[in-house]
Amino acid sequence: MLILAIESSCDETAAAVVRDGREVLSNVVASQVATHAEYGGVVPEIASRKHLEAVSLVVREALSGASMTLDAIEGVAVTRGPGLPGALLVGVSAAKAIAYARKLPLVGIHHIEAHLFAPFLERPVEFPFLALVVSGGHTHLYRVDGFGMYATLGQTLDDAAGEAFDKVGKLAGLPYPGGIAIDRLAAEGDPRSIHLPRPLLHDGSCNFSFSGLKTAVLNYVRKNPGSTEGEHLKNLCASFQAAVCEVLVAKTEAAILAIGAKRLVVAGGVACNSALRAGMAKMAERRGVDLRIPSPILCSDNAAMLAVPADHYLQMGMDAGLALDSLQTWRLDDVAAERR
Amino acid sequence: MPVITTNSPEETAALGRRLGELLLPGDFIALTGDLGAGKTQFVKGVAEGVGVDPAIPITSPTFTIMNAYEGRIPLYHFDLYRIAGDADVAELGFAEFFYGAGACIVEWSERLSHEIPPERLVIAFSHEGETSRCLEFTPVGQRGADIIARLFPQLEQ
Repeated sequence: MLILAIESSCDETAAAVVRDGREVLSNVVASQVATHAEYGGVVPEIASRKHLEAVSLVVREALSGASMTLDAIEGVAVTRGPGLPGALLVGVSAAKAIAYARKLPLVGIHHIEAHLFAPFLERPVEFPFLALVVSGGHTHLYRVDGFGMYATLGQTLDDAAGEAFDKVGKLAGLPYPGGIAIDRLAAEGDPRSIHLPRPLLHDGSCNFSFSGLKTAVLNYVRKNPGSTEGEHLKNLCASFQAAVCEVLVAKTEAAILAIGAKRLVVAGGVACNSALRAGMAKMAERRGVDLRIPSPILCSDNAAMLAVPADHYLQMGMDAGLALDSLQTWRLDDVAAERR
Repeated sequence: MPVITTNSPEETAALGRRLGELLLPGDFIALTGDLGAGKTQFVKGVAEGVGVDPAIPITSPTFTIMNAYEGRIPLYHFDLYRIAGDADVAELGFAEFFYGAGACIVEWSERLSHEIPPERLVIAFSHEGETSRCLEFTPVGQRGADIIARLFPQLEQ
């Protein structure tokens, strides 16, 4: 089945054309990072206006990138939630209009559900598997038993890991996005040079906490003038990144043992981080677990990933039709109950 | 304008809890202060005071912009840092939350100008030491003054 997928739940407006939930024919992301960088911070401009300006453009780009017109499309998928109502509305309205005009079946997908299946675009993963979704807004561990069958094992109790990267980047005076700049500087620093806390490392749960680590970096920077320059900055980045990655890897390992997982998926924007990829690979090898981390373009927000679960649901005959509404808050565990 | 010093994250949360117990639908609490100044800890306390299930994590809204919780009344926790200005506030439909069935606790409300509710309580957070924080309460309008009077009855003349 040829699916047109549209995503507008957060900062990115994106569209993709995917065949059979597997073959990506086009994957267009109207990245707003360039606009954001001007503010040198976690960044304003999550305007629904931006999505509105971009949505027709990315859909057109996705179709032409796949060398086809809407005539060839057999189904439409859109991010239904969670997210801001004004942002979600743009994608949902565009998807509904296309589905209505072309008499195509339409399905709404949970944003995090889409991230879970991003690696399937490269090679399917057998159920059940453990998944860590780690991004600016999420740091969650899920057990995935099948399409629509998800259980939260643990999550952040305050800030997401990606948010900690961006905020530490900001207080160290690094360009946005902070995660990329920290990753690059950390490669040349000593991760053992500055002692930083590993929050909740030994609490026995699968939960995370990164707010205190961010504050610890802030206190360190205040007490050590010059720590945001030169070699000292490289060491600070390396030490901070090591603390985040150690906690992410250790908690994921605990979850593997708790549920006896044989397969692990790591997805979301922070899955682009090189130290995290290396740390996960080492741990997975030690535990004999099959690790799957999508390539960077499929880790960050995109529309192609929606097509994997969408293809499954549409093949089952689901069609939300014009009744499809966006859901601002939507727990992944409740996906089946809210499926439309 | 009461100025309170808290000596630990727990004390900051405890003060938030007492505020949360007083909140009513339509209340607008603006929080200002730097990274790590204790706003997150404070909001955790407010949520507890509003009666949000303690099993539900109170997480940062920096990326999501707004997190909604159900307690005795709904509690809407906003971080408007990533919002460009008033035009966005109108487009994103925030007014229905500001004047709705719940209370709003808002970080970076400086992003709002004419869209900001006229009645509010502003709490400014600042670092004193590594774990101690300074909280300054400033009312705007009668409701803000009423909340302060109930929160700090010992200050009544």
